[in-house]
Amino acid sequence: MAAITKNAELGSGKKTGKAQQLLKTYKKQRYLLLALLPGLIYYLVFHYAPMYGVIIAFKRFNFNAGIMGSAWVGLENFKTFLGSPDFGSVFANTLIISFYQLLFGFPAPILLAIMLNEVRNMAFKKTVQTISYLPHFLSWVVLAGIFLELLSPSRGAVNYFITLLGGEPIDFMTNNKWFRAVLVVTNIWKEIGWSSIVYLAAVSNIDTQLYEAATIDGASRIKQIRHITLPSMVPIITIMLIFAVGKIINDNFDQIYNMYRPAVYPSADVISTYVYRMGVQKMEYSLATAVGLFKNVISLVLVLSTNAIAKRLGEYGLW
Amino acid sequence: MKIKMTLGDRIFNTINGIILAFLCILTLFPFLHLISMSLSSPESASKFGLHLIPEGLNVDAYRKVFENGYIFSGYANTIINTVLSVILSLAVMTLMAYALSKKHLVHRTFFTGFVVFTMFFQGGLIPSYLLIRNLGLMDNRLALILPVLVNTFNMLIIRNYFMTIPADIEEAAVIDGANDLYIFARIMLPLSMPIIATVALWVAVERWNAWFDCLLYIRTPSKYVLQVLLQRIVIDGSSEFMNFEVRTAGTNSEPTTETIKAATIIVSSLPIMCVYPFIQKYFVKGVMVGSLKG
Repeated sequence: MAAITKNAELGSGKKTGKAQQLLKTYKKQRYLLLALLPGLIYYLVFHYAPMYGVIIAFKRFNFNAGIMGSAWVGLENFKTFLGSPDFGSVFANTLIISFYQLLFGFPAPILLAIMLNEVRNMAFKKTVQTISYLPHFLSWVVLAGIFLELLSPSRGAVNYFITLLGGEPIDFMTNNKWFRAVLVVTNIWKEIGWSSIVYLAAVSNIDTQLYEAATIDGASRIKQIRHITLPSMVPIITIMLIFAVGKIINDNFDQIYNMYRPAVYPSADVISTYVYRMGVQKMEYSLATAVGLFKNVISLVLVLSTNAIAKRLGEYGLW
Repeated sequence: MKIKMTLGDRIFNTINGIILAFLCILTLFPFLHLISMSLSSPESASKFGLHLIPEGLNVDAYRKVFENGYIFSGYANTIINTVLSVILSLAVMTLMAYALSKKHLVHRTFFTGFVVFTMFFQGGLIPSYLLIRNLGLMDNRLALILPVLVNTFNMLIIRNYFMTIPADIEEAAVIDGANDLYIFARIMLPLSMPIIATVALWVAVERWNAWFDCLLYIRTPSKYVLQVLLQRIVIDGSSEFMNFEVRTAGTNSEPTTETIKAATIIVSSLPIMCVYPFIQKYFVKGVMVGSLKG
C-alpha cells in the first residue's frame, strides 16, 4: 500500500522506474505471493463478498433480480424494523440476558479461581479443574438435550427436588418467568471452569513469599484472599470486565437457539435468533440483513471503544 | 517452607474442599443422569425421580441407536468433514501465515490489514447464506469446509510462531538457492509442529461440534453431521431419525424415546468426553494467548 502511494507522488519519469522495481519485487517474491494467494482468495470470497452483500439491507431483495438488480429502498428496512413491536422486545431481551449474564456469570469464575488457588492438594486441584472443563468441550446441541431432560416437569431431577421440598413442578423451558434464569445458570454451569483459567493464571503469578509473610504475621486465609489475592487480580478483572461490557450486544445464539421454544419468545427471542428466523425461515432477506447490520455496527463501535479504553488503562500505568 | 496449619486453616481447607467437590458433583450430575437413563428399562426411565443408578439394566436403547443408519452416516459425515477441514485449513493457514511472517513481504501492511479487518466487521448471516446459494454450494459438503477455511485468530497465532524462528536458520538454505516454498515445506513446517498440532486440535474440536452451518446449508438427511442429527432426535424429538416406531400403549418392552435420546447423546459425545482430558492443555494455551492479545 505504502509503496503504491509513494509511486503516485513521484514524477512521471521516475514512475516507470518505480513500477519496474515493484514488478521486480513481485517477481522476486513470487513464491511468497503464491503462498498468500489461496488465503487472499478465501478472504475475498467468504468475507469481503458478504460485506458487499450487506447492501441488500438498503434494497428490496429479489432472488431473480439478484443483489445488483434489486431495487434500492434507502432506509426502509431499518424503519420497518425500528417501527415494529419486535424491535423493542428483541433488543430488550438481548440486553437483559447479557446484563444478567454479566452480573452473575462474570464473578463466578473469579470466585472459582480464588477457591482453586487455596487448594493445597495438587491432585485434587487438577481433578476439579479437569471436571469443570468438561461442559466447555461439548456443543450446546448436546447440552440443550441434557437440560431438556433434566428440567422436564414430569421426569426431570430438578423438579424432583422441588417436589421433595414441597413445591410444585415448574416447566422451565416454556415459562417466561424462569427461562432467562435457565439460560444464565446453564451458561455459568458450562463455562465457569473454562473462564477461570485466565484468573487462575494471574493468581499463580503472585509471589508466594507474600503469603508466607502474611501467615507469619497471623493473617487468616480470608484476610490473605482479601489483601493479597484479590488486589493482584484487579488488573485482569478490570480488563476482562471491559471486554465483557463490550460484548453486551452479542447474544449466545448457539445456546438460545437450541433451548428456546415459541412459548418463551417473549422473554428470550434475541437479535441473532430473530435474524435467523426472519432471514432463513421467513425469507425476509433484506429486513434480516438490516437487523444484522444494525447490530454489527453497534457491536463494532462497542468493541473499538472498549479496546481503546483497555489500551489507555494499560498505557497510563494503572498497572 | 512448611508452616504448621492452624485450626482456622483446617476449617477453611475443609469448607473450600467441600464446595469444590460439590461443584464437581453439579458438573457431573447431568452426565450421570444421562448415562443412567440410557441404561434404564423403559418403565423406570419414564418415572419421576433422580435416575442416578440405572434400574433394570437394559441396553435396548443402544441397540436401537446402533441399528439406526442415520447415526452411522452422521458419524461418517462428521469424521470426513473434520479431517478434510483440518487438512485444508492448516494447508491454507500455514502458507498464508508463512508469507505474512516475512518482514520483507511486499504490501505486508496492506495484506495484514486486509485480514485483520474481518475480525471487526462481518457481512453477517444472510449475506453469507446468499453467497453459498449463489456459489451453488447448497447441500454440498464443501459449504461446511470452505467458509471456515481460515480462522484469522488461528492464522495469526501461526504467523507469530513463524516469526519467532530465527532468520539465520533459513539463511543457509537461501544461500544454497532454495526458494521460499522449499524453505516453508522443509524448514519452517517441521520446526513449527508444536503450534501446528495445537491449532489442528482447535480446528478439529470446533468442527466436531459445529452444527449451524449444516443446519443452514445441508438439506439431505444422509448428509447431516452428527450434531444436526442429534438436534433432530433430541431437541425436535423426531421419530423419523430415531429408528423408533410409535407403539400402542401396553407394549412396554421397547425402549422409549427418552432412553433412545439419552443413548444417542452418549454415543455421539463419547469421543470428545474421553479425549478432552488429554488435550485440554493445548486449549488452555489458546486461552492464555487470546487473553494476552485481548
